[in-house]
Amino acid sequence: MIGRYAVRFAALGYLTLLLALPVGYVFWRTFRHGFWPAWHAVTTPDALHALKVTLILAGIAVPANTIFGVLAGLAIVRYRFRGAGVFNAVVDLPLALSPVVVGLALLLLYGRGGWLDGHHVVFALPGMVLATMFVSLPFVVREVVPVLREVGTEQEQAASTLGANAWQTFWRVTWPAIRWATAYGVVLTTARALGEFGAVSVVSGRLAGQTESLTLYVQDRYQGFDEVGAYASAVVLALIAVTTLIVMTALKPKKEAR
Amino acid sequence: MIATRNIVKRFGDFTALDDVTVEVEAGSLTALLGPSGSGKSTLLRVIAGLERPDAGVVSLDGADVTGVPPQQRGVGFVFQHYAAFKHMTVWDNVAFGLRIRRRPRAEIRERVAELLELVQLSRLAKRYPAQLSGGQRQRMGLARALAVDPKVLLLDEPFGALDARVRKELRARLRRLHDETHTTTVIVTHDQEEAMDVADEVVVMNGGHIEQVAPPRELYDHPANEFVMSFVGPVNQLGDTFIRPHDVELLLEPNGAMQEAMVQRLVHLGFEVRAELVRDDGEVLSAQLTREQVEALELQPGQIVYVRPTRQTVFS
Repeated sequence: MIGRYAVRFAALGYLTLLLALPVGYVFWRTFRHGFWPAWHAVTTPDALHALKVTLILAGIAVPANTIFGVLAGLAIVRYRFRGAGVFNAVVDLPLALSPVVVGLALLLLYGRGGWLDGHHVVFALPGMVLATMFVSLPFVVREVVPVLREVGTEQEQAASTLGANAWQTFWRVTWPAIRWATAYGVVLTTARALGEFGAVSVVSGRLAGQTESLTLYVQDRYQGFDEVGAYASAVVLALIAVTTLIVMTALKPKKEAR
Repeated sequence: MIATRNIVKRFGDFTALDDVTVEVEAGSLTALLGPSGSGKSTLLRVIAGLERPDAGVVSLDGADVTGVPPQQRGVGFVFQHYAAFKHMTVWDNVAFGLRIRRRPRAEIRERVAELLELVQLSRLAKRYPAQLSGGQRQRMGLARALAVDPKVLLLDEPFGALDARVRKELRARLRRLHDETHTTTVIVTHDQEEAMDVADEVVVMNGGHIEQVAPPRELYDHPANEFVMSFVGPVNQLGDTFIRPHDVELLLEPNGAMQEAMVQRLVHLGFEVRAELVRDDGEVLSAQLTREQVEALELQPGQIVYVRPTRQTVFS
Protein backbone atom coordinates (compact mmCIF):
# COMPACT_ATOMS: atom_id res chain seq x y z
CA MET A 1 0.00 0.00 0.00
CA ILE A 2 2.65 2.48 1.06
CA GLY A 3 4.65 1.59 -1.98
CA ARG A 4 1.72 2.32 -4.26
CA TYR A 5 1.09 5.70 -2.69
CA ALA A 6 4.76 6.53 -2.87
CA VAL A 7 4.78 5.81 -6.61
CA ARG A 8 1.68 7.91 -7.15
CA PHE A 9 3.07 10.74 -5.08
CA ALA A 10 6.37 10.68 -6.94
CA ALA A 11 4.66 10.64 -10.36
CA LEU A 12 2.26 13.43 -9.46
CA GLY A 13 4.99 15.45 -7.80
CA TYR A 14 7.17 15.12 -10.87
CA LEU A 15 4.32 16.24 -13.15
CA THR A 16 3.46 19.15 -10.87
CA LEU A 17 7.00 20.43 -10.70
CA LEU A 18 7.80 20.03 -14.38
CA LEU A 19 4.47 20.68 -16.04
CA ALA A 20 1.60 22.00 -13.98
CA LEU A 21 3.55 24.58 -12.04
CA PRO A 22 5.28 26.36 -14.95
CA VAL A 23 2.19 26.25 -17.18
CA GLY A 24 -0.06 27.37 -14.36
CA TYR A 25 2.34 30.19 -13.62
CA VAL A 26 2.16 31.35 -17.24
CA PHE A 27 -1.62 31.41 -17.06
CA TRP A 28 -1.50 33.33 -13.80
CA ARG A 29 0.94 35.91 -15.13
CA THR A 30 -1.17 36.33 -18.25
CA PHE A 31 -4.37 37.13 -16.47
CA ARG A 32 -2.85 38.89 -13.46
CA HIS A 33 -4.23 42.23 -14.64
CA GLY A 34 -7.48 40.76 -15.89
CA PHE A 35 -8.69 39.36 -19.18
CA TRP A 36 -8.65 42.48 -21.35
CA PRO A 37 -4.97 43.41 -21.20
CA ALA A 38 -4.18 39.85 -22.29
CA TRP A 39 -6.80 40.00 -25.03
CA HIS A 40 -5.40 43.28 -26.36
CA ALA A 41 -1.87 41.84 -26.27
CA VAL A 42 -2.78 38.93 -28.55
CA THR A 43 -4.91 40.97 -30.96
CA THR A 44 -2.24 43.43 -32.06
CA PRO A 45 -1.57 43.21 -35.82
CA ASP A 46 1.83 41.57 -35.23
CA ALA A 47 0.39 38.99 -32.86
CA LEU A 48 -2.48 38.14 -35.20
CA HIS A 49 -0.07 37.81 -38.10
CA ALA A 50 2.17 35.54 -36.04
CA LEU A 51 -0.86 33.41 -35.20
CA LYS A 52 -1.75 33.23 -38.88
CA VAL A 53 1.80 32.18 -39.78
CA THR A 54 1.74 29.46 -37.13
CA LEU A 55 -1.59 28.15 -38.37
CA ILE A 56 -0.28 28.09 -41.95
CA LEU A 57 2.86 26.21 -40.87
CA ALA A 58 0.87 23.63 -38.92
CA GLY A 59 -1.84 23.58 -41.60
CA ILE A 60 0.67 22.46 -44.22
CA ALA A 61 3.12 20.40 -42.16
CA VAL A 62 0.55 18.32 -40.29
CA PRO A 63 -1.51 17.02 -43.27
CA ALA A 64 1.64 16.51 -45.35
CA ASN A 65 3.39 14.53 -42.64
CA THR A 66 0.25 12.57 -41.85
CA ILE A 67 -0.08 11.34 -45.43
CA PHE A 68 3.64 10.75 -45.68
CA GLY A 69 3.65 9.02 -42.31
CA VAL A 70 0.94 6.53 -43.18
CA LEU A 71 2.49 5.76 -46.58
CA ALA A 72 5.97 5.43 -45.09
CA GLY A 73 4.62 3.16 -42.35
CA LEU A 74 2.98 0.91 -44.93
CA ALA A 75 6.15 0.92 -47.01
CA ILE A 76 8.35 -0.03 -44.05
CA VAL A 77 6.11 -2.77 -42.65
CA ARG A 78 4.22 -4.20 -45.62
CA TYR A 79 6.57 -3.94 -48.56
CA ARG A 80 9.96 -5.34 -47.78
CA PHE A 81 11.90 -3.22 -50.24
CA ARG A 82 15.63 -2.84 -50.62
CA GLY A 83 16.96 -0.34 -48.08
CA ALA A 84 13.86 -0.41 -45.86
CA GLY A 85 16.08 -0.60 -42.80
CA VAL A 86 18.04 2.48 -43.79
CA PHE A 87 14.81 4.29 -44.66
CA ASN A 88 13.37 3.39 -41.27
CA ALA A 89 16.44 4.83 -39.55
CA VAL A 90 16.53 7.99 -41.65
CA VAL A 91 12.93 8.79 -40.67
CA ASP A 92 14.20 9.25 -37.11
CA LEU A 93 16.86 11.73 -38.14
CA PRO A 94 14.78 14.82 -37.27
CA LEU A 95 14.48 13.50 -33.71
CA ALA A 96 18.22 13.14 -33.35
CA LEU A 97 19.32 16.25 -35.18
CA SER A 98 19.37 19.59 -33.38
CA PRO A 99 16.73 21.86 -34.98
CA VAL A 100 19.31 24.64 -35.33
CA VAL A 101 21.36 22.35 -37.55
CA VAL A 102 18.27 21.73 -39.68
CA GLY A 103 17.75 25.47 -39.99
CA LEU A 104 21.38 26.02 -40.99
CA ALA A 105 21.19 23.20 -43.52
CA LEU A 106 18.16 24.78 -45.16
CA LEU A 107 19.92 28.13 -45.09
CA LEU A 108 22.94 26.68 -46.86
CA LEU A 109 20.86 24.88 -49.43
CA TYR A 110 18.38 27.60 -50.33
CA GLY A 111 20.17 30.76 -49.12
CA ARG A 112 22.40 33.15 -51.00
CA GLY A 113 25.08 31.14 -52.84
CA GLY A 114 23.37 27.84 -52.00
CA TRP A 115 22.41 25.20 -54.53
CA LEU A 116 18.88 26.43 -54.89
CA ASP A 117 19.47 30.13 -54.48
CA GLY A 118 16.93 32.67 -55.61
CA HIS A 119 13.73 30.86 -54.97
CA HIS A 120 12.49 33.04 -52.12
CA VAL A 121 12.66 30.20 -49.69
CA VAL A 122 14.91 31.50 -46.98
CA PHE A 123 13.66 34.41 -44.84
CA ALA A 124 10.20 33.69 -46.18
CA LEU A 125 7.27 31.41 -45.49
CA PRO A 126 8.38 28.48 -47.74
CA GLY A 127 11.57 28.04 -45.72
CA MET A 128 9.63 28.08 -42.48
CA VAL A 129 7.22 25.50 -43.86
CA LEU A 130 10.12 23.25 -44.91
CA ALA A 131 11.76 23.57 -41.49
CA THR A 132 8.49 22.77 -39.71
CA MET A 133 7.81 19.79 -41.96
CA PHE A 134 11.30 18.48 -41.37
CA VAL A 135 11.22 18.57 -37.58
CA SER A 136 7.69 17.15 -37.29
CA LEU A 137 8.24 14.35 -39.81
CA PRO A 138 8.78 11.22 -37.65
CA PHE A 139 5.78 11.30 -35.32
CA VAL A 140 3.05 9.73 -37.45
CA VAL A 141 5.47 7.12 -38.85
CA ARG A 142 6.63 6.15 -35.37
CA GLU A 143 3.06 5.71 -34.13
CA VAL A 144 1.82 3.81 -37.17
CA VAL A 145 4.69 1.33 -37.66
CA PRO A 146 4.34 -0.66 -34.40
CA VAL A 147 0.56 -0.87 -34.79
CA LEU A 148 0.85 -2.15 -38.36
CA ARG A 149 3.36 -4.74 -37.15
CA GLU A 150 1.06 -5.86 -34.35
CA VAL A 151 -2.07 -6.13 -36.51
CA GLY A 152 -0.25 -8.37 -38.96
CA THR A 153 -1.31 -9.22 -42.48
CA GLU A 154 -3.97 -11.88 -41.91
CA GLN A 155 -6.93 -9.49 -41.91
CA GLU A 156 -5.66 -7.97 -45.14
CA GLN A 157 -5.28 -11.43 -46.68
CA ALA A 158 -8.78 -12.33 -45.55
CA ALA A 159 -10.09 -9.18 -47.24
CA SER A 160 -8.30 -10.08 -50.46
CA THR A 161 -9.74 -13.61 -50.54
CA LEU A 162 -13.17 -12.00 -50.05
CA GLY A 163 -12.66 -9.98 -53.20
CA ALA A 164 -11.37 -6.65 -51.91
CA ASN A 165 -8.77 -4.89 -54.07
CA ALA A 166 -5.78 -3.08 -52.54
CA TRP A 167 -7.66 0.21 -52.19
CA GLN A 168 -10.74 -1.38 -50.60
CA THR A 169 -8.54 -3.42 -48.27
CA PHE A 170 -6.74 -0.28 -47.15
CA TRP A 171 -9.87 1.74 -46.44
CA ARG A 172 -11.97 -1.02 -44.91
CA VAL A 173 -9.37 -3.04 -43.04
CA THR A 174 -5.95 -1.41 -42.67
CA TRP A 175 -6.98 2.19 -42.04
CA PRO A 176 -9.52 1.39 -39.27
CA ALA A 177 -6.76 -0.54 -37.50
CA ILE A 178 -4.25 2.32 -37.60
CA ARG A 179 -6.48 5.38 -37.42
CA TRP A 180 -6.07 5.95 -33.67
CA ALA A 181 -2.33 5.54 -33.88
CA THR A 182 -2.41 8.05 -36.74
CA ALA A 183 -4.57 10.41 -34.68
CA TYR A 184 -2.09 10.29 -31.82
CA GLY A 185 0.70 10.91 -34.29
CA VAL A 186 -1.23 13.93 -35.56
CA VAL A 187 -1.46 15.33 -32.03
CA LEU A 188 2.30 14.96 -31.57
CA THR A 189 3.00 16.40 -35.02
CA THR A 190 0.75 19.38 -34.32
CA ALA A 191 2.42 20.02 -30.99
CA ARG A 192 5.83 19.93 -32.60
CA ALA A 193 4.77 22.13 -35.52
CA LEU A 194 3.30 24.73 -33.18
CA GLY A 195 6.24 24.74 -30.83
CA GLU A 196 9.19 24.57 -33.23
CA PHE A 197 11.61 27.36 -32.45
CA GLY A 198 15.19 26.62 -33.45
CA ALA A 199 14.90 25.56 -37.08
CA VAL A 200 12.19 28.06 -37.92
CA SER A 201 14.07 30.80 -36.13
CA VAL A 202 17.18 30.29 -38.26
CA VAL A 203 15.45 30.26 -41.66
CA SER A 204 12.78 32.86 -40.96
CA GLY A 205 14.90 35.98 -40.45
CA ARG A 206 12.33 36.87 -37.77
CA LEU A 207 10.78 39.89 -39.40
CA ALA A 208 7.95 41.03 -37.12
CA GLY A 209 4.62 41.01 -38.93
CA GLN A 210 6.12 39.01 -41.81
CA THR A 211 8.08 35.87 -40.96
CA GLU A 212 7.35 35.47 -37.31
CA SER A 213 5.46 32.46 -36.03
CA LEU A 214 3.65 32.68 -32.73
CA THR A 215 6.43 30.79 -30.97
CA LEU A 216 9.00 33.26 -32.30
CA TYR A 217 6.66 36.09 -31.36
CA VAL A 218 6.61 34.92 -27.73
CA GLN A 219 10.39 35.18 -27.57
CA ASP A 220 10.28 38.54 -29.37
CA ARG A 221 7.79 39.98 -26.89
CA TYR A 222 9.71 38.61 -23.95
CA GLN A 223 12.94 40.19 -25.07
CA GLY A 224 11.03 43.44 -25.63
CA PHE A 225 9.97 43.39 -21.97
CA ASP A 226 6.32 42.99 -23.04
CA GLU A 227 5.55 40.45 -20.37
CA VAL A 228 1.79 40.31 -20.91
CA GLY A 229 2.24 39.94 -24.68
CA ALA A 230 4.69 37.07 -24.23
CA TYR A 231 2.62 35.21 -21.67
CA ALA A 232 -0.68 35.77 -23.46
CA SER A 233 0.74 34.45 -26.77
CA ALA A 234 2.14 31.45 -24.92
CA VAL A 235 -1.34 30.77 -23.55
CA VAL A 236 -2.79 30.91 -27.08
CA LEU A 237 -0.23 28.29 -28.21
CA ALA A 238 -1.05 26.10 -25.25
CA LEU A 239 -4.77 26.40 -25.95
CA ILE A 240 -4.35 25.32 -29.61
CA ALA A 241 -2.36 22.28 -28.52
CA VAL A 242 -4.85 21.35 -25.79
CA THR A 243 -7.75 21.77 -28.22
CA THR A 244 -6.11 19.33 -30.66
CA LEU A 245 -5.70 16.82 -27.88
CA ILE A 246 -9.31 17.20 -26.71
CA VAL A 247 -10.72 16.87 -30.24
CA MET A 248 -8.73 13.69 -30.83
CA THR A 249 -9.76 12.19 -27.49
CA ALA A 250 -13.40 13.09 -28.09
CA LEU A 251 -13.37 11.42 -31.52
CA LYS A 252 -12.01 8.18 -30.15
CA PRO A 253 -14.73 5.54 -29.81
CA LYS A 254 -15.33 3.86 -26.47
CA LYS A 255 -17.32 0.89 -27.70
CA GLU A 256 -14.79 -0.78 -29.94
CA ALA A 257 -13.16 -3.42 -27.79
CA ARG A 258 -9.60 -4.53 -28.27
CA MET B 1 -11.81 -29.46 -59.38
CA ILE B 2 -8.56 -28.15 -57.96
CA ALA B 3 -5.35 -29.24 -59.60
CA THR B 4 -1.76 -28.28 -58.90
CA ARG B 5 0.99 -29.36 -61.25
CA ASN B 6 4.71 -29.44 -60.35
CA ILE B 7 4.39 -26.68 -57.77
CA VAL B 8 7.68 -25.44 -56.32
CA LYS B 9 7.78 -22.82 -53.58
CA ARG B 10 10.91 -21.67 -51.78
CA PHE B 11 11.35 -19.28 -48.88
CA GLY B 12 15.00 -18.26 -49.06
CA ASP B 13 16.98 -21.49 -48.71
CA PHE B 14 14.01 -23.48 -47.48
CA THR B 15 12.02 -25.45 -50.05
CA ALA B 16 8.45 -25.56 -48.75
CA LEU B 17 6.98 -27.32 -51.78
CA ASP B 18 9.12 -29.53 -53.97
CA ASP B 19 7.37 -30.45 -57.21
CA VAL B 20 3.90 -31.04 -55.81
CA THR B 21 1.23 -32.43 -58.11
CA VAL B 22 -2.18 -33.16 -56.68
CA GLU B 23 -5.80 -33.22 -57.76
CA VAL B 24 -8.81 -32.53 -55.60
CA GLU B 25 -12.07 -33.84 -56.97
CA ALA B 26 -14.97 -31.44 -57.37
CA GLY B 27 -17.46 -31.68 -54.50
CA SER B 28 -15.09 -33.64 -52.26
CA LEU B 29 -13.77 -32.85 -48.82
CA THR B 30 -10.04 -33.37 -48.84
CA ALA B 31 -7.59 -33.08 -45.96
CA LEU B 32 -3.96 -32.04 -46.34
CA LEU B 33 -2.28 -33.89 -43.49
CA GLY B 34 1.30 -33.58 -42.34
CA PRO B 35 3.65 -32.44 -39.59
CA SER B 36 4.67 -28.78 -39.25
CA GLY B 37 6.96 -27.71 -42.05
CA SER B 38 5.57 -30.36 -44.41
CA GLY B 39 4.29 -27.68 -46.78
CA LYS B 40 0.56 -28.33 -46.33
CA SER B 41 -0.34 -24.75 -45.40
CA THR B 42 1.87 -23.36 -48.13
CA LEU B 43 0.10 -25.57 -50.68
CA LEU B 44 -3.27 -24.29 -49.48
CA ARG B 45 -2.07 -20.69 -49.70
CA VAL B 46 -0.76 -21.31 -53.20
CA ILE B 47 -4.21 -22.63 -54.19
CA ALA B 48 -5.82 -19.50 -52.68
CA GLY B 49 -3.34 -17.19 -54.42
CA LEU B 50 -1.94 -15.88 -51.14
CA GLU B 51 1.45 -17.28 -52.12
CA ARG B 52 2.90 -17.20 -55.58
CA PRO B 53 4.62 -20.45 -56.55
CA ASP B 54 8.16 -20.27 -57.97
CA ALA B 55 7.18 -22.88 -60.56
CA GLY B 56 4.17 -24.94 -61.50
CA VAL B 57 0.54 -24.43 -62.41
CA VAL B 58 -2.60 -24.09 -60.30
CA SER B 59 -5.95 -24.65 -61.95
CA LEU B 60 -9.49 -24.31 -60.64
CA ASP B 61 -12.26 -26.02 -62.58
CA GLY B 62 -9.92 -26.48 -65.50
CA ALA B 63 -8.88 -22.83 -65.76
CA ASP B 64 -5.23 -21.88 -65.17
CA VAL B 65 -5.29 -19.39 -62.25
CA THR B 66 -1.57 -19.36 -61.45
CA GLY B 67 -1.25 -15.64 -62.15
CA VAL B 68 -4.72 -14.67 -60.94
CA PRO B 69 -4.79 -12.59 -57.71
CA PRO B 70 -6.74 -14.05 -54.75
CA GLN B 71 -9.64 -11.60 -55.07
CA GLN B 72 -10.52 -13.02 -58.48
CA ARG B 73 -10.17 -16.71 -57.69
CA GLY B 74 -13.54 -17.17 -56.03
CA VAL B 75 -12.11 -19.07 -53.07
CA GLY B 76 -13.27 -18.90 -49.47
CA PHE B 77 -10.42 -18.99 -46.96
CA VAL B 78 -10.65 -19.72 -43.25
CA PHE B 79 -7.61 -18.83 -41.15
CA GLN B 80 -6.25 -20.64 -38.11
CA HIS B 81 -6.23 -17.48 -36.03
CA TYR B 82 -9.59 -16.37 -37.44
CA ALA B 83 -8.32 -13.16 -39.11
CA ALA B 84 -11.50 -11.49 -37.86
CA PHE B 85 -11.97 -7.84 -38.80
CA LYS B 86 -11.61 -6.53 -35.27
CA HIS B 87 -13.31 -3.20 -35.80
CA MET B 88 -16.41 -4.72 -37.39
CA THR B 89 -19.35 -6.48 -35.78
CA VAL B 90 -20.05 -10.13 -36.52
CA TRP B 91 -22.71 -9.01 -38.99
CA ASP B 92 -20.33 -6.67 -40.83
CA ASN B 93 -17.63 -9.32 -40.92
CA VAL B 94 -19.95 -11.76 -42.66
CA ALA B 95 -21.36 -9.06 -44.97
CA PHE B 96 -17.87 -7.94 -46.04
CA GLY B 97 -17.54 -9.97 -49.23
CA LEU B 98 -21.08 -9.13 -50.34
CA ARG B 99 -20.56 -5.40 -49.78
CA ILE B 100 -17.33 -5.54 -51.78
CA ARG B 101 -19.35 -7.13 -54.58
CA ARG B 102 -21.96 -4.36 -54.25
CA ARG B 103 -24.88 -6.73 -53.84
CA PRO B 104 -28.27 -5.12 -53.22
CA ARG B 105 -28.97 -4.35 -49.57
CA ALA B 106 -31.95 -6.64 -49.28
CA GLU B 107 -29.94 -9.53 -50.66
CA ILE B 108 -27.07 -8.87 -48.23
CA ARG B 109 -29.49 -8.73 -45.31
CA GLU B 110 -31.09 -11.99 -46.29
CA ARG B 111 -27.84 -13.84 -47.02
CA VAL B 112 -26.07 -12.71 -43.84
CA ALA B 113 -29.08 -13.61 -41.69
CA GLU B 114 -29.20 -17.03 -43.33
CA LEU B 115 -25.48 -17.66 -42.75
CA LEU B 116 -25.57 -16.47 -39.13
CA GLU B 117 -28.46 -18.84 -38.60
CA LEU B 118 -26.42 -21.64 -40.18
CA VAL B 119 -23.46 -21.12 -37.82
CA GLN B 120 -25.77 -20.25 -34.91
CA LEU B 121 -24.48 -16.75 -34.32
CA SER B 122 -27.71 -14.82 -34.99
CA ARG B 123 -27.96 -13.68 -31.38
CA LEU B 124 -24.40 -12.36 -31.43
CA ALA B 125 -24.65 -10.43 -34.71
CA LYS B 126 -23.97 -7.07 -33.06
CA ARG B 127 -20.97 -8.24 -31.05
CA TYR B 128 -17.37 -7.46 -31.92
CA PRO B 129 -14.90 -10.34 -32.44
CA ALA B 130 -13.15 -9.54 -29.16
CA GLN B 131 -16.39 -10.37 -27.37
CA LEU B 132 -16.60 -13.88 -28.85
CA SER B 133 -15.02 -17.19 -27.82
CA GLY B 134 -12.55 -18.88 -30.15
CA GLY B 135 -15.15 -21.33 -31.43
CA GLN B 136 -17.62 -18.52 -32.12
CA ARG B 137 -14.97 -16.51 -33.95
CA GLN B 138 -14.15 -19.45 -36.16
CA ARG B 139 -17.84 -20.02 -36.93
CA MET B 140 -17.95 -16.37 -37.95
CA GLY B 141 -14.86 -16.94 -40.11
CA LEU B 142 -16.62 -19.85 -41.79
CA ALA B 143 -19.80 -17.84 -42.43
CA ARG B 144 -17.73 -14.96 -43.80
CA ALA B 145 -15.93 -17.26 -46.25
CA LEU B 146 -19.18 -18.91 -47.34
CA ALA B 147 -21.01 -15.60 -47.87
CA VAL B 148 -19.54 -15.09 -51.32
CA ASP B 149 -20.50 -18.59 -52.55
CA PRO B 150 -16.92 -19.68 -53.16
CA LYS B 151 -16.09 -22.26 -55.80
CA VAL B 152 -13.77 -23.88 -53.29
CA LEU B 153 -13.54 -23.56 -49.53
CA LEU B 154 -10.03 -23.64 -48.07
CA LEU B 155 -9.44 -24.03 -44.34
CA ASP B 156 -5.96 -23.58 -42.85
CA GLU B 157 -5.82 -25.50 -39.54
CA PRO B 158 -9.21 -23.97 -38.75
CA PHE B 159 -9.67 -25.70 -35.41
CA GLY B 160 -6.02 -25.76 -34.34
CA ALA B 161 -6.37 -22.98 -31.78
CA LEU B 162 -9.49 -24.43 -30.14
CA ASP B 163 -9.88 -26.88 -27.27
CA ALA B 164 -10.64 -30.53 -27.97
CA ARG B 165 -14.39 -30.42 -27.41
CA VAL B 166 -15.07 -27.36 -29.52
CA ARG B 167 -12.78 -28.81 -32.17
CA LYS B 168 -14.83 -31.99 -32.44
CA GLU B 169 -18.10 -30.09 -32.54
CA LEU B 170 -16.91 -27.75 -35.30
CA ARG B 171 -15.49 -30.66 -37.26
CA ALA B 172 -18.89 -32.36 -37.25
CA ARG B 173 -20.54 -29.09 -38.23
CA LEU B 174 -18.14 -28.67 -41.15
CA ARG B 175 -18.85 -32.22 -42.32
CA ARG B 176 -22.65 -31.67 -42.16
CA LEU B 177 -22.27 -28.38 -43.98
CA HIS B 178 -20.27 -30.05 -46.70
CA ASP B 179 -22.83 -32.82 -47.07
CA GLU B 180 -25.49 -30.17 -47.66
CA THR B 181 -23.62 -27.84 -49.99
CA HIS B 182 -21.04 -30.11 -51.66
CA THR B 183 -18.64 -27.19 -52.02
CA THR B 184 -15.20 -28.51 -52.92
CA THR B 185 -13.37 -28.20 -49.61
CA VAL B 186 -9.73 -28.56 -48.58
CA ILE B 187 -8.80 -28.58 -44.92
CA VAL B 188 -5.24 -28.42 -43.64
CA THR B 189 -4.52 -30.25 -40.41
CA HIS B 190 -1.67 -31.87 -38.52
CA ASP B 191 -4.12 -34.03 -36.58
CA GLN B 192 -4.54 -37.47 -38.23
CA GLU B 193 -7.72 -38.15 -36.29
CA GLU B 194 -9.25 -34.93 -37.58
CA ALA B 195 -8.26 -35.76 -41.16
CA MET B 196 -9.67 -39.29 -40.93
CA ASP B 197 -12.84 -38.09 -39.23
CA VAL B 198 -13.79 -35.30 -41.60
CA ALA B 199 -12.32 -36.03 -45.02
CA ASP B 200 -13.26 -38.24 -47.98
CA GLU B 201 -9.70 -38.19 -49.21
CA VAL B 202 -6.47 -37.55 -47.32
CA VAL B 203 -3.29 -36.14 -48.86
CA VAL B 204 -0.34 -36.97 -46.59
CA MET B 205 2.54 -34.52 -46.94
CA ASN B 206 6.06 -34.56 -45.58
CA GLY B 207 9.06 -32.33 -46.27
CA GLY B 208 7.40 -30.57 -49.22
CA HIS B 209 6.44 -33.86 -50.90
CA ILE B 210 3.25 -35.83 -51.15
CA GLU B 211 3.62 -39.25 -49.51
CA GLN B 212 0.22 -40.72 -50.30
CA VAL B 213 -3.26 -39.77 -51.46
CA ALA B 214 -6.02 -42.12 -50.33
CA PRO B 215 -9.36 -42.36 -48.54
CA PRO B 216 -8.95 -42.60 -44.74
CA ARG B 217 -9.57 -46.34 -44.52
CA GLU B 218 -7.14 -47.26 -47.28
CA LEU B 219 -4.56 -44.92 -45.81
CA TYR B 220 -4.77 -46.73 -42.52
CA ASP B 221 -4.92 -50.24 -43.93
CA HIS B 222 -2.47 -49.82 -46.78
CA PRO B 223 -0.01 -47.08 -45.94
CA ALA B 224 2.40 -46.46 -48.81
CA ASN B 225 5.50 -46.19 -46.64
CA GLU B 226 6.93 -45.99 -43.15
CA PHE B 227 6.17 -42.33 -42.82
CA VAL B 228 2.48 -42.69 -43.57
CA MET B 229 2.27 -45.81 -41.41
CA SER B 230 3.66 -44.01 -38.39
CA PHE B 231 1.88 -40.71 -39.03
CA VAL B 232 -1.69 -41.90 -39.41
CA GLY B 233 -1.80 -43.83 -36.16
CA PRO B 234 0.24 -45.25 -33.29
CA VAL B 235 2.67 -47.96 -34.33
CA ASN B 236 5.28 -50.31 -32.88
CA GLN B 237 8.45 -50.61 -34.86
CA LEU B 238 10.44 -53.78 -34.37
CA GLY B 239 13.34 -53.82 -36.78
CA ASP B 240 11.79 -53.57 -40.24
CA THR B 241 8.40 -54.69 -39.00
CA PHE B 242 5.55 -52.30 -38.13
CA ILE B 243 2.70 -53.44 -35.91
CA ARG B 244 -0.32 -51.39 -34.84
CA PRO B 245 -0.97 -51.64 -31.05
CA HIS B 246 -4.41 -53.14 -31.70
CA ASP B 247 -2.79 -55.89 -33.77
CA VAL B 248 -0.78 -57.11 -30.79
CA GLU B 249 -2.26 -60.12 -29.03
CA LEU B 250 -1.10 -61.04 -25.51
CA LEU B 251 -1.15 -64.59 -24.19
CA LEU B 252 -0.17 -66.02 -20.82
CA GLU B 253 1.28 -69.26 -22.21
CA PRO B 254 4.13 -69.48 -24.74
CA ASN B 255 3.00 -70.97 -28.02
CA GLY B 256 5.53 -71.69 -30.77
CA ALA B 257 7.52 -68.74 -32.08
CA MET B 258 6.08 -66.13 -29.74
CA GLN B 259 8.18 -63.58 -27.96
CA GLU B 260 8.36 -62.99 -24.27
CA ALA B 261 7.73 -59.53 -22.78
CA MET B 262 7.17 -57.92 -19.44
CA VAL B 263 4.21 -55.63 -18.68
CA GLN B 264 5.73 -52.35 -17.58
CA ARG B 265 2.65 -50.18 -17.20
CA LEU B 266 -1.10 -50.35 -17.78
CA VAL B 267 -2.73 -47.10 -18.91
CA HIS B 268 -6.52 -47.01 -18.49
CA LEU B 269 -8.22 -44.84 -21.13
CA GLY B 270 -11.87 -45.57 -20.36
CA PHE B 271 -12.96 -48.57 -22.40
CA GLU B 272 -9.50 -49.00 -23.80
CA VAL B 273 -6.36 -50.07 -21.97
CA ARG B 274 -2.87 -49.51 -23.28
CA ALA B 275 -0.28 -52.01 -22.07
CA GLU B 276 3.32 -50.85 -22.27
CA LEU B 277 5.65 -53.81 -22.70
CA VAL B 278 9.39 -54.48 -22.77
CA ARG B 279 10.66 -57.47 -24.70
CA ASP B 280 13.49 -59.57 -23.37
CA ASP B 281 15.80 -58.02 -25.99
CA GLY B 282 15.01 -54.54 -24.60
CA GLU B 283 12.63 -53.43 -27.37
CA VAL B 284 9.64 -51.45 -26.17
CA LEU B 285 6.16 -51.89 -27.63
CA SER B 286 2.60 -51.12 -26.72
CA ALA B 287 -0.58 -53.13 -27.07
CA GLN B 288 -4.10 -51.83 -27.23
CA LEU B 289 -6.58 -53.99 -25.35
CA THR B 290 -10.14 -53.79 -24.12
CA ARG B 291 -10.92 -53.74 -20.43
CA GLU B 292 -12.42 -57.23 -20.68
CA GLN B 293 -9.23 -58.62 -22.20
CA VAL B 294 -7.14 -57.12 -19.39
CA GLU B 295 -9.50 -58.55 -16.78
CA ALA B 296 -9.57 -61.98 -18.45
CA LEU B 297 -5.78 -62.11 -18.53
CA GLU B 298 -5.55 -60.62 -15.02
CA LEU B 299 -2.71 -58.45 -16.26
CA GLN B 300 -0.49 -56.81 -13.66
CA PRO B 301 2.61 -54.64 -14.05
CA GLY B 302 5.69 -56.82 -13.79
CA GLN B 303 3.93 -59.84 -15.29
CA ILE B 304 5.49 -61.89 -18.08
CA VAL B 305 3.34 -62.30 -21.20
CA TYR B 306 3.77 -63.70 -24.71
CA VAL B 307 3.33 -61.41 -27.70
CA ARG B 308 1.73 -62.43 -30.98
CA PRO B 309 1.27 -59.91 -33.79
CA THR B 310 -2.00 -60.68 -35.59
CA ARG B 311 -1.04 -58.44 -38.45
CA GLN B 312 2.22 -56.77 -39.38
CA THR B 313 3.61 -54.68 -42.19
CA VAL B 314 7.07 -54.72 -43.71
CA PHE B 315 8.11 -52.09 -46.25
CA SER B 316 10.62 -53.23 -48.81
